[in-house]
Amino acid sequence: MTYFARKFGFFLATLWAVVTLNFLIPRLQPGDPAEIMVKRLAGKDAALDPAQVKAMRAMLGAPDGSLWNQYVSYLGELVHGNFGLSYTYYPYKVTDVIAQAFWWTVVLVVVTQVVSFVVGIVLGAYAAWRRNSRLDSIVTLGSTFLGTLQPFWIGLLLLYVFGYSLGWFPTSGGYEESTPGFNWPFIQEAVSHSFLPALALLIVTPIGWILGMRNTMIMNLGEDYIRLAKAKGLRDRDVALRYAARNALLPSVTGFALALGGVLGGAILVETVFDYPGLGRLMGEAVQNKDYPLLQTLMLLTTAGVLVANLAADLLYGVLDPRARRAQA
Amino acid sequence: MTTDTTPTPTPGEDFMAEGSPRQELAVEQVSDTARPDQWWQVIWSSKKARVGVVILAVYVLVAVFAPLIAPQDPLDSSFEPLAGPSAANWLGTTTSGQDIASQLIYGSRISLLVGLFAGLISTVIATVIGLISGYAEGTILDDLLSFVTNVALVIPALPLIITLVAYSEVRGIWLIVGVISITSWAGAARAKRAQIISLRNRDFVTAAKFSGEGTWRIVFREIMPNMTSLVAASFVGAATGAIGAEAGLAALGLGDSQSVSWGTMLYQSNAQGAIAQGLWLWVFVPGLVLAILMTAMTFINFGVDLLSNPHLREDA
Repeated sequence: MTYFARKFGFFLATLWAVVTLNFLIPRLQPGDPAEIMVKRLAGKDAALDPAQVKAMRAMLGAPDGSLWNQYVSYLGELVHGNFGLSYTYYPYKVTDVIAQAFWWTVVLVVVTQVVSFVVGIVLGAYAAWRRNSRLDSIVTLGSTFLGTLQPFWIGLLLLYVFGYSLGWFPTSGGYEESTPGFNWPFIQEAVSHSFLPALALLIVTPIGWILGMRNTMIMNLGEDYIRLAKAKGLRDRDVALRYAARNALLPSVTGFALALGGVLGGAILVETVFDYPGLGRLMGEAVQNKDYPLLQTLMLLTTAGVLVANLAADLLYGVLDPRARRAQA
Repeated sequence: MTTDTTPTPTPGEDFMAEGSPRQELAVEQVSDTARPDQWWQVIWSSKKARVGVVILAVYVLVAVFAPLIAPQDPLDSSFEPLAGPSAANWLGTTTSGQDIASQLIYGSRISLLVGLFAGLISTVIATVIGLISGYAEGTILDDLLSFVTNVALVIPALPLIITLVAYSEVRGIWLIVGVISITSWAGAARAKRAQIISLRNRDFVTAAKFSGEGTWRIVFREIMPNMTSLVAASFVGAATGAIGAEAGLAALGLGDSQSVSWGTMLYQSNAQGAIAQGLWLWVFVPGLVLAILMTAMTFINFGVDLLSNPHLREDA
C-alpha cells in the first residue's frame, strides 16, 4: 500500500469511527433516547407530544428495531444530509443554522492558526539558534506561563480592558448595521468585531509551535550537516535559515492539523465570551437549550473538519518529505 | 545496581576521552556514594521544579484546610451583593451576594481533585494501551490499539467532551473526571508505545524471556520500572491538562452544579455581566490562581524530565 493510500484509508476509518460515536453517544443512556430528549426539553411532567418524539426519532435514525437497523437508517439520513431541525432556531434546519455561523469560525480559526504558525516557527527557531540566551529563556518561560492561561479568561480580560475600559473595540457580536456580504462596511465591522477574539486565541496558540520548533531545531543543530555547513564558512544566517530551520519545519507540518483541534476548542470558549456569531457560540447555545440535533451535527462537522485538515497535512507531508513515502509501504 | 556505574571505555569512542561530562558524572558517582541520586533529589535539584513543588504544596494545604482558611461559606448568599473588598469579604462579593475569596479557596479542591483523579485514570489507560501495543508491535493487536489511539488523537477533545457532558442529566464531579480521562490519554499512549519498542529488544528483556517469565510479568515487572519517569511525567502533564479542561468545561456552564470551582466562577462572572459592571476582581483572580497552579505543575515536570534524561541535568 502506498503512503497516500494508507493515509486516505486512515481518514475514512476515522471518519467512520466518529460517525459511529456520534450514533452511539445518545444511546448510552437507558430508555428510548427520543422520548428522554423530548421529555427533558419539555420539562419532567409535561405530556409527550407525539409529533416531537417523531421528529426526534427522525434525527436519531430509525424509530425502532434492532440497534443495527437503527444504525443503518442513521447512516442513510446522514448520507442524504438530513440532520434534523434545530429547537433553538425552530423551524430552521440544523444545516441552515450552521451554514450561517460556519464562515465566522472558519475565518477566525484559519487566520489565527496561520498567524500563530508563522509567529511560533520564527520565535522557536530564533530561540533555538540563540539557545540559553536571555531571549531564549524569556521565550521559553513566557510560553510556559502563557500556555497555562485559559482562553476564556484571556477573552474576559481583553474584553474588560479594550472593550469596556478603553472602548477601542466592540464588546459583542460580529457586525452592527451593515448587511452581511462582500461589501466594505460589513468587512470593516466584521474585522473590528473579530479582532479581540482573534487576539485572545493568538496569546495561547503559538505556544505549541514555539516549543516544538525550538526542540526540533536544537536537535537539528547538533547534526553533522550543520557542522559541515559551518566548517564550509557559510554565513550564520544561511546555516540557521536554509539548513537547520528548513529541516526543522517538517515535523511542524504534521502538527498543523492536530493543533487545529486545540484551536477549535479555544475558539469555542472565546466565541462564547465575545458572543461571536460562530460555531462555538452555537455549540454553547445548543448545550444551554438542550438542542441535541444541533449539538450532534456541530460535533460531527467540527470533527470532520479537523479530520480533513489532518488528511491534507499528511498528504502534504508525503509530498514534502520523500522519506515518509518510502518508509514501510 | 547494574553495570552502569562502572563504565568500560570503548575504544574508538573519542567523546568519552578527555573530561567529557558523561565521564565526569560516572567518576563522581563511583567515588562519591556509588549510588545515583534519589528521585526526589533529582527533582529538587532543578530550580524551576523547586518553585513548582513549593507552590503546589501551598495549593494542597489551602485545599485541605479550606474550611479553616475560608472566611465564609462559599455558597452563602447572605452578603450585600456587589460589595467591594472588606474585612468580611476579602475580595468583595458576587452579584448574588456570595463571598468571592471563599469561593476561590474552596475552588482549589475541585481543581486538585480533578487533576489528581483524571490524571491518574488517563495515565493508567495510556500506560496499559501503550505497553501492550508496543510490546505486541507488528501484530494485529498492536494495529488495532494503534488505530484506536490515532483516532482518539485526531478527534478534537473539547467538542467531544461537551457533547458527552451535555447528554448527562447529573453533572457531578466524577462524570467530569471520567469524561476528561477517556478523551485525554492518546498522546501519552503513543509516547509509551514508542518507548517500549525501544526497550523491548534490550538484553535484560531477552534474559527474562529465556528464564521463562510470562509476557505480563515481562511487560509490567521488567520493562515498566524502566519507564517510571516517563509515566510520572505523563501523569503530571495529564493532571495539568485535566485541570485546564475542567476549568474550560465549567466556564461554559457544564461544571458540577453542586460545588464551586474556578471555572464555574468564570462562568458565573461572565453570565452575570461582571465585566460590564467593572467587577474585574471576580474575573481576574480565578483565572490567575488557575494559571499559577498549572505553571507550577509544568515546572515540576521540568524536574521530572531530569529523571528520564540525565543529559539535561547539567543545565539545571
